[in-house]
Amino acid sequence: MSATTETARPRAGSRTAPPAAHVKRRPKFLPIALMLLFLLYSLAPVWWLLVSSTKNLSDLYQTFGLSFSHWNLGANLSRTLNYQDHIFLRWVGNSILYSTLGAAGATLISMAAGYGLAKYRFRGRGLLFAVTIGSSLLPGALLALPLYLLFSKIGIIGSIWSVLIPYWINPFSVYLGRVYADSSVPDELMEAARLDGAGEARIFGSISLRLMTTGAVTVFILNFIAVWNNFFLPLFMLNGERTFPVVLGLYSWNQQVLQSQDMTSLVITGSLLSIIPLAVFMVSLQRYWRSGVLLGSLK
Amino acid sequence: MSGEAGTPRLRGMTSRAGRGRRAQGIKGLAFTLPYVLGFLAVYLAPVGYAVWQSVHQQKRSGLGFGAPTTVFSGLANFTAVLRDSGFWSSLLRVLLIAAVEIPVVLGLALVMALLLDSTKARMAKYFRVAYLVPYMVPTVVATLVWLYLYSPVASPVISTVKHLGGTLDFFTPVNTYLSIGNVLVWEQTGFNMILIAAALQAVPRELFEAARIDGAGELRIAWSVKIPAVRPVLVLTGMFSIIGMLQLFAEPLILRQLAPQAIGTGFTPMQSIYQTAFSTSNYDYAAAMSVVLALVTGILAFAFYRLTNRRTAL
Repeated sequence: MSATTETARPRAGSRTAPPAAHVKRRPKFLPIALMLLFLLYSLAPVWWLLVSSTKNLSDLYQTFGLSFSHWNLGANLSRTLNYQDHIFLRWVGNSILYSTLGAAGATLISMAAGYGLAKYRFRGRGLLFAVTIGSSLLPGALLALPLYLLFSKIGIIGSIWSVLIPYWINPFSVYLGRVYADSSVPDELMEAARLDGAGEARIFGSISLRLMTTGAVTVFILNFIAVWNNFFLPLFMLNGERTFPVVLGLYSWNQQVLQSQDMTSLVITGSLLSIIPLAVFMVSLQRYWRSGVLLGSLK
Repeated sequence: MSGEAGTPRLRGMTSRAGRGRRAQGIKGLAFTLPYVLGFLAVYLAPVGYAVWQSVHQQKRSGLGFGAPTTVFSGLANFTAVLRDSGFWSSLLRVLLIAAVEIPVVLGLALVMALLLDSTKARMAKYFRVAYLVPYMVPTVVATLVWLYLYSPVASPVISTVKHLGGTLDFFTPVNTYLSIGNVLVWEQTGFNMILIAAALQAVPRELFEAARIDGAGELRIAWSVKIPAVRPVLVLTGMFSIIGMLQLFAEPLILRQLAPQAIGTGFTPMQSIYQTAFSTSNYDYAAAMSVVLALVTGILAFAFYRLTNRRTAL
């Protein structure tokens, strides 16, 4: 590809360079307009959420949704946070707990497994990799029902383990782990460490894992977001309100809206609050997340 | 994926090295052990259990007293699923939404990624963050927001249309599909765009420069150089989108509150399964539906993969 363009360059260049330059100089209204339009589409619903959380119930229904009215954010916030003995804060805490532990476990397990698959040859390695690829295509939601039934047999339904254990096993993360290990840990370095007398566990812990940091952080972020957003598994597994993650809590509040209109402002203000931790988390780790995704998506 | 690490094979010329390699292989296996054990527990066991359940039924004694007994029922559950028109129409609904939504998401993501790629880096940075905002919003929250934006009493869209003298109902038989599809487009486009943009950034810039010197315009470069370069990403995201769409659940479940007539309890296959399992406690039948849905998903994903790969070969 590059070879053909290389040879064509001098000949075609002299002939057609002026029109190309002309195209470049033309102001690009259409692209900018499209980008702004999509910007509006992406942000308008969030803007609505922000505006609506500052309104009282009657303003919510009687004033235009995208512009501010009487400022009622303080009252909405205190109602949301104080409702049922601060249960909303508990839900946010649960979400942080599940996401952190779930993503940390998934990252460690996936990085180790991906490293083992990439750097060692053992019987069944090909099969394990094929099964991993195959099951990363298996719809996770389909597993939830049989998993629920199995977990209720061993009596861990409703406990933190019923969500954490499934979160820890993520075939796609194992696949990414393999990609990162392949591309960032040189065999020569492992060989040199072996000659220096380091054991395999030591090599993994103090050399390989460090080289795989960018990949590991990416896998952590992807899993953190996936757990934070997951609705299906907690819906099946958790039955006590106090164990809910924030999205399940908001869903349960919204279920009550039909009975009592008052819940509406709680749902809206809570929805806004639930985005903030994730947004802070994502923006602060953006550097890792972009470089890491790049590596993974190349394969 | 095809580039296997070749170095271990080069070693092991002597028997001592061979033994060392085998010992290392066992240690390599040890690294995968937590994953393998967990996989057996939360993937293999549930799949096996679902299959086992799908070939059993609960039988009560003639008078209906006492605990039901589990009896082997062969393919009875499956023939029932095959005849279950509710299940198949829910599957059709989801495929219909997918057939429109996935091309729209990928097309929009591709166009936005290409536009970002040809924009000044400093400006592109802000757009990129803004486009990722929907990805930061959990599915449940995004659907709740759209629920209000679709609501006849609270929606600023409807009030604007009314102000202009028109009427708008987001849940007519046709609009229901568009309304659900729009929530999905809003949620998914930004993330897909980032994946495509990342793949674009990995293409050597000289390639575009060479095409430009050859006289290709920006559109031509996008079509002939950039799009082929991100093809693998499009195939991958397309495949994951198909799988994701077949498990569509949260969005219709939540929007149902606004339009219980338009969106039934069995609107999507996952809703049917959820309903069958938890409202009627018919776990065996729900398991059979899950198995069928998994098979359909597998077949469609495989067909998509083959179809897109054949075109690459041409």
